[in-house]
Amino acid sequence: MSTTTEYTPKTSTGRIAHFVDQRVGGSGIVKEFGRKIFPDHWSFMFGEVALYTFVLLLISGTFLTFFFDPSMAHVIYNGSYNPLRGIGMSAAYASTLDISFDVRGGLFMRQVHHWSAILFVAAVSVHMLRVFFTGAFRKPRELNWVVGGVLLILAMAAGFTGYSLPDDLLSGNGLRIIDGVVKSIPLVGTYISLFLFGGEFPGTLIIPRLYSLHIMIVPAIILLMVGIHLFMVVVHKHTQYPGPGRTNDNVVGFPVGPVYAAKAGGFFFIVYGIVAAISGLLTINPVWNYGPYDPSPVSAGTQPDWYIGFVDGALRLMPGVLGNFSFEWNIPFPWGVNTLSLNVLVPALIPAGIMFTIMFAWPWIESWVTKDKREHHLLDRPRNAPFRTGMGVAGVVSYCVMWAAASSDLIATHFHVSLNDVTYWLRVLFILGPILGFVVARRIALSLQRKDREIVLHGRETGVIEMSPEGAFSERHADMDVYKLHTLVNYEDRKVIPAQPNAAGHISRSEKRRGALSKFFFEDRVAPVTPSELAALKAEHGHGPAEIEGSSTESIEK
Amino acid sequence: MGDHSHGSPDDSGTVAKAGTGTLDKFQDPGLPPHRKRLADTDPHAEKRAERQVALLFIISIIGTLSFFIAYFVLGRPENISEIRVQNAMLGLGTTFAMLGIGIGIVHWAKTLMPDHEISEMRHEITPEADRKDAEEIINQVIEETGIKRRPLIRNTLIGAIALAPIPAIFMFRDLDRTGKNAGEMVEQLRHTMWDTDVRLTRDPSGTPIKASDVQIGSVFHVIPEGLDEAEDVLNEKAKAVVLLMRLDPDKMEISEGREDWHYQGIVAYSKICTHVGCPVALYEQQTHHLLCPCHQSTFDLTQECKVIFGPAGRALPQLPIKVDANGFLVAQSDFHEPVGPSYWERG
Amino acid sequence: MKALSQRRRHPLAAVALLLMGLLITGGLYMAAGSVNEAKAATGYSASDIEEGNKLFIANCATCHGLNAEGSADGPSLIGVGAAAVDFQVGTGRMPMQMQGPQAQAKPVQFDDAQISQLSAFVASLGAGPAIPSEDMLDTSHGDSAAGGTVFRVNCAMCHNAAAAGGALTRGKFAPALAGVSEKHIYEAMITGPQNMPVFNDSNITPDEKRDVITFLKEIESQGSPGGAKLGSLGPVAEGLFIWTAGLGIIIAFTIWLTSRPS
Repeated sequence: MSTTTEYTPKTSTGRIAHFVDQRVGGSGIVKEFGRKIFPDHWSFMFGEVALYTFVLLLISGTFLTFFFDPSMAHVIYNGSYNPLRGIGMSAAYASTLDISFDVRGGLFMRQVHHWSAILFVAAVSVHMLRVFFTGAFRKPRELNWVVGGVLLILAMAAGFTGYSLPDDLLSGNGLRIIDGVVKSIPLVGTYISLFLFGGEFPGTLIIPRLYSLHIMIVPAIILLMVGIHLFMVVVHKHTQYPGPGRTNDNVVGFPVGPVYAAKAGGFFFIVYGIVAAISGLLTINPVWNYGPYDPSPVSAGTQPDWYIGFVDGALRLMPGVLGNFSFEWNIPFPWGVNTLSLNVLVPALIPAGIMFTIMFAWPWIESWVTKDKREHHLLDRPRNAPFRTGMGVAGVVSYCVMWAAASSDLIATHFHVSLNDVTYWLRVLFILGPILGFVVARRIALSLQRKDREIVLHGRETGVIEMSPEGAFSERHADMDVYKLHTLVNYEDRKVIPAQPNAAGHISRSEKRRGALSKFFFEDRVAPVTPSELAALKAEHGHGPAEIEGSSTESIEK
Repeated sequence: MGDHSHGSPDDSGTVAKAGTGTLDKFQDPGLPPHRKRLADTDPHAEKRAERQVALLFIISIIGTLSFFIAYFVLGRPENISEIRVQNAMLGLGTTFAMLGIGIGIVHWAKTLMPDHEISEMRHEITPEADRKDAEEIINQVIEETGIKRRPLIRNTLIGAIALAPIPAIFMFRDLDRTGKNAGEMVEQLRHTMWDTDVRLTRDPSGTPIKASDVQIGSVFHVIPEGLDEAEDVLNEKAKAVVLLMRLDPDKMEISEGREDWHYQGIVAYSKICTHVGCPVALYEQQTHHLLCPCHQSTFDLTQECKVIFGPAGRALPQLPIKVDANGFLVAQSDFHEPVGPSYWERG
Repeated sequence: MKALSQRRRHPLAAVALLLMGLLITGGLYMAAGSVNEAKAATGYSASDIEEGNKLFIANCATCHGLNAEGSADGPSLIGVGAAAVDFQVGTGRMPMQMQGPQAQAKPVQFDDAQISQLSAFVASLGAGPAIPSEDMLDTSHGDSAAGGTVFRVNCAMCHNAAAAGGALTRGKFAPALAGVSEKHIYEAMITGPQNMPVFNDSNITPDEKRDVITFLKEIESQGSPGGAKLGSLGPVAEGLFIWTAGLGIIIAFTIWLTSRPS
């Protein structure tokens, strides 16, 4: 609330602020945000990359709408691209060619739009991986994690609806695949397909319909979700990595004004600069190569953009027929025979379904297993949560196997192996990969924790080799400085919490399951070094700051 | 509860937080001592940083100018290589314009703006008392509406609200613009343009094919005659495209009822994959395999296009063909089953 | 021998070798040119066939049989025509280095005169597709838009819409078409090498074949208006680029941005 009677601004900034504040009241916002503290770490920047590429998408997309004609009306192309001149095509495809060849800077804007789009989804994904592996989704940020997951789905939806708009051969075949997948849904699939395309595939309505979704509805929902997402970031304040002076109760970093705002603002221009360089020098989605959509032709290497790739890969991995057993079932019902295409339905829906369900539910799964209902504002270094790191890597591996399967033909041609063998191997990896990924990643995390313990207990290696009077060589170890040491010893020590009886003295089945999971996750653990442990070790060796490696080989296994 | 004597003034102690209450733990040494930057102590370094920032902004100005040069001096490109040059120059102009500003501002922030890390206490999102007040207000509002005491109002309201959105769903019924009823809509998926005596013609020229044109090892991409005059050309084409090949009749395994579907080893199969509908267009003339480039379903032509690899669940439908009086290949009838991907009502 | 190896180190040796190489290739080229002209005018002479037979017995008969009747290791060549030989030998696919999923293009093993003689010999065994004449390959008379349409329907599913190549089953593949000569593209269409189907003149007319070649040569020479093509491999290459180079550059900037200056 401004007090007009008492406060008279003295600077010109003050006068402007005064004018604005008396009418709309902005000083509260400035007070709240002007010196708000944001922690600084490179891994915190991916969310900003996502936000900035989204802004680029809005800018370049608006430009493109002025020239694009979302119509499937038949036209004869008469523009300046010779290898397509005189060919019949849809108005959408023709206008995309015009943007590319006859609007100055149109091709540049198209490439900015498409490169931003795939960078946008990539940035969202990396941002989510960062949040997952550092445990930033824990209380009180669970809902924001869910909003982030919704944003990932929306980003994929925005990308897919846009991918189809030029109505070229590649995207048309992509739509045809979607049509086939939709038709496999029991009961309603056929109707969804017929309604979506306004009749049979391809019809003349799908492009304008996708256009409405692509330029209006999906971006509007994304904008809304981004707003909610950022609002919650402000409410929660940003998390921070553990370190000296950084506790669960404070936030250490730079104030918004001026340092953080300058860095974040400058970073927008940097992201745009990088996207502009890529767009100026590298072709993306050369629609003129693919030709207009026609249901008869198809190009080798027909793939979706990368973020849909995992679904396409799952479709490729699934065998349709095993021996004489077909996964397409004709089921006799009293009213007639109905067809259930498990060979399409299972790979299209199940892997993505499992992935997103576990992703959305993970904050609650983790807090249920660990019985941890506390607020967390300090992040975990990934090594200090080996169970979570292992689970995350398992998820990433299964995603990457499906991803690789989507380019099985390119793997075959580029590495001179058989296409069929690539598929067989990837089928095996799809089963074994996540398990191996979990085990290996967890082991690596535990080993890194042991290494940290070793460093804390015996000091860091100085690279100085000493010779003892007896002639033995050893490396001098120096004590850590207290600040670095603090980072290595200050982490959550999660222990197995066995199944516990409830108030009635009864151990419920779900509690038993929780106990088993807790044992599975936390049986192997490396505890942080305690001051008494370090003191005891020093007393035992009795020689001050320097430690000799030769004397420190006893097991530190817990 | 409400005991403010522990922790910070903002911490009511009612929210469990991580990292509190552990016994044998290292003391937090606090923030490390601040290290001064070169520009903080050396006026020359400070001046140099200032000049660097200004230089970066000037680079940005040059970048913007070169964008204009690319746009106006190069003018309207005449051919592909001119478009490529213009596109690259527009891109690089924008790159320098943006990176100049971005790197300049960040460099300014890093070298010249204060770089003391500041520690700020976190607040609780809402104090417990507020939550209690909110709960009371909501309860009071509900109480004043009397909705709990008046089940008649409550139940009719629930009914009305549940029904109200349903018209919005039904309004989407006419997303299908064919004007057909549900049964007809699904039924049309069963039929293609192929019919008795419809000639097989080349895609895209539409010229008819003589049996003698088709030699062993060749493949014809086929559309039905008169496709161009069809009402929805692409819809019909999406179902009717066919692959035509010739095999040695001795190498073919022919099942019962299909003995006369081929003409001297010339066979026609639907080109639309039974998996999700991509054109199965790759014909390997030595192995007689048909391969779909989208998901690698492989069909063996000698075994009536049985699936031998990949995700497809059933063989490609065969189009029965014969030769008409003029020696041209024609269809005996439509396909005997629906073409393309499976759907629930396929049966 | 020893003297030679010593002289090999002489500074002029390289120059001499280079000159010698140039002279030989130049001479061979002239000879080949004249042979081609002669054949175009008069067909194959009896001596061509005779020489071709000798070359065949020395280089090809192991797999294709002494009379080109074929064996377990190679198909019969009776009736495959001169075009098949000109393609297979002219692109280095034959003689085959080893048995494998398919014969691969490699440095050509014979000179143009020898290829012509081999073609003459095989053509003499039975009627088959002939080597296309110059005017059938003259892209200045072709229509690239029409060729593009034919290409997309008949070729793109294996060779990719931008002719970047693609995979077939069990280790076989359709090669990229950039850098393949007009003549060899034409010959491939009429002879159907390996697993490629045959596109005889009643399927794709000679004019349409010329249109296809025109289209291929045009997209090859004009390049991409948008900059580097990333192999024309489509969304996979684009995604791979953004996940490696794109995010790599971004991460480099974020590390710089959050680091403290000295």
